[in-house]
Amino acid sequence: MIANAYELVVYILSAIGIYDPINGFFQNYGMEYLLRIIIIVVEIVVLLVFVLLTVMFLSWLERKMFAWVQSRYGPMITGPHGLFQPIADGIKLVGKEDIIPAGADRWIFTLAPFIIFVPALLVFIPLPFGDSLIISDLRIGLLYIIAISALSPVSILLAGWASNNKYSLMGAMRAVAQDISYTIPLALAAIAVVLYVGSLSTVDIVRAQEGTWFDIIPRWFIFVQPLAFILFLIASIAEMGRIPFDFQESEQELVAGFYTEYSGMKFAMYFLGEYAHMFAVSGVIVTVFLGGWTGPVLPFIPVQITSLVYFIIKTYAVIFFAMWLRDTVPRMRIDQLLNLGWKIMIPLALLNLLVTSFLLTAGVV
Amino acid sequence: MVSNELLDNYLPVALLTVIGIAFVAIALLLSWIIRPSNKTKVKLSTYECAEIPIGDARIHFNIQYYMIVIVFLIFDVEVLFLYPWAVQFKQLGAIGFIEMVVFIEILIIGLAYAWRKEALEWTQ
Repeated sequence: MIANAYELVVYILSAIGIYDPINGFFQNYGMEYLLRIIIIVVEIVVLLVFVLLTVMFLSWLERKMFAWVQSRYGPMITGPHGLFQPIADGIKLVGKEDIIPAGADRWIFTLAPFIIFVPALLVFIPLPFGDSLIISDLRIGLLYIIAISALSPVSILLAGWASNNKYSLMGAMRAVAQDISYTIPLALAAIAVVLYVGSLSTVDIVRAQEGTWFDIIPRWFIFVQPLAFILFLIASIAEMGRIPFDFQESEQELVAGFYTEYSGMKFAMYFLGEYAHMFAVSGVIVTVFLGGWTGPVLPFIPVQITSLVYFIIKTYAVIFFAMWLRDTVPRMRIDQLLNLGWKIMIPLALLNLLVTSFLLTAGVV
Repeated sequence: MVSNELLDNYLPVALLTVIGIAFVAIALLLSWIIRPSNKTKVKLSTYECAEIPIGDARIHFNIQYYMIVIVFLIFDVEVLFLYPWAVQFKQLGAIGFIEMVVFIEILIIGLAYAWRKEALEWTQ
């Protein structure tokens, strides 16, 4: 049984017969652990490149979809159908002047992009991209994901406060209120699934969804816990800060919200962090409710490849939904947002938890 | 092979934190090398739709805001208590269920109280 990507790499290296010589080489110098570190660093670099490419593709897809909905072409000039537009954007942003406004707190202003980007990457550690394609199967995986996602308000508040700009501070205050209001229904909805699985490990959660009912309906938690899924989805979209919950930006009132004063590479970090977070959150939804990497097993193709493909397809379906939502619905008002979070979603999530635990105790399901 | 499960599991977290910080630092450094730097007094002034900003942006925020944050803090801690219970749910059986019903009842009463006291409103 291959548990994670490290063991997969060791397995592949052993299969082609070069693991033992390499391991022996490191053992001669008494540094067996260094080999492990090197393999994990390589995995992480692969993950980083994958995430960055995905982010570029997502930014292109978002603009393209927005254009198609409005009967426009969107980016068309750079590359086929404007596919290289994100690269052009990146090059432009690297060359842009970095402006720190006179009244800003320089150090916190520079620190904030680090705090948004690094947690957005850390969420990927316990995310299973496929069978055994997971960097590290943490025992508290789901809790870890929710905890790391909850770090983004810190960065937002630091950015808003450091900028010394009224729009930034208002955007930050709204974004933080929104993030914290929707963290609770998110966590409560996830508990309902944990009740079935009895483990917080993301791999265990996916394994619990393997198989089908009546050979046709997959045993995904969306069918077992539809209410929890809806709550989790809404809360996730709020966590991503997308329309109809994009109070951190709300261009018409707050210019660009908490990153009004950011420019150049620091702005790029917010941009990357936002899309990376969107991809991560969609992956979490797929893992918890849509069966993760599970799908029909095909002959002759290694399960790692098919499972990766299933995971990517499902994740893009969720992302597509989030983008579609952005193109079609208007923004809510901030007091409506808080009412929805506190007065509808939290009571519903608690009720769902009570009913689920009662049915499980009574042995009905 | 060093067989320390905790270390093995969390090693990637530590490494990714270091690599992530290094990535952002290198990106900022790279842009610092090639970008122009032509700062003027007007360019560095706070953006406020071309108006000259009046007063400081760092204001005292409405007390209502802190009410929401405090209610959040209470709920967040209570949600954290629910996680170990959910993991052990099948082993705990009916007793565990009844105990948690009492706990969730207290949560709901607390939410109803905050609701009644209008702690959940954006403005009063």
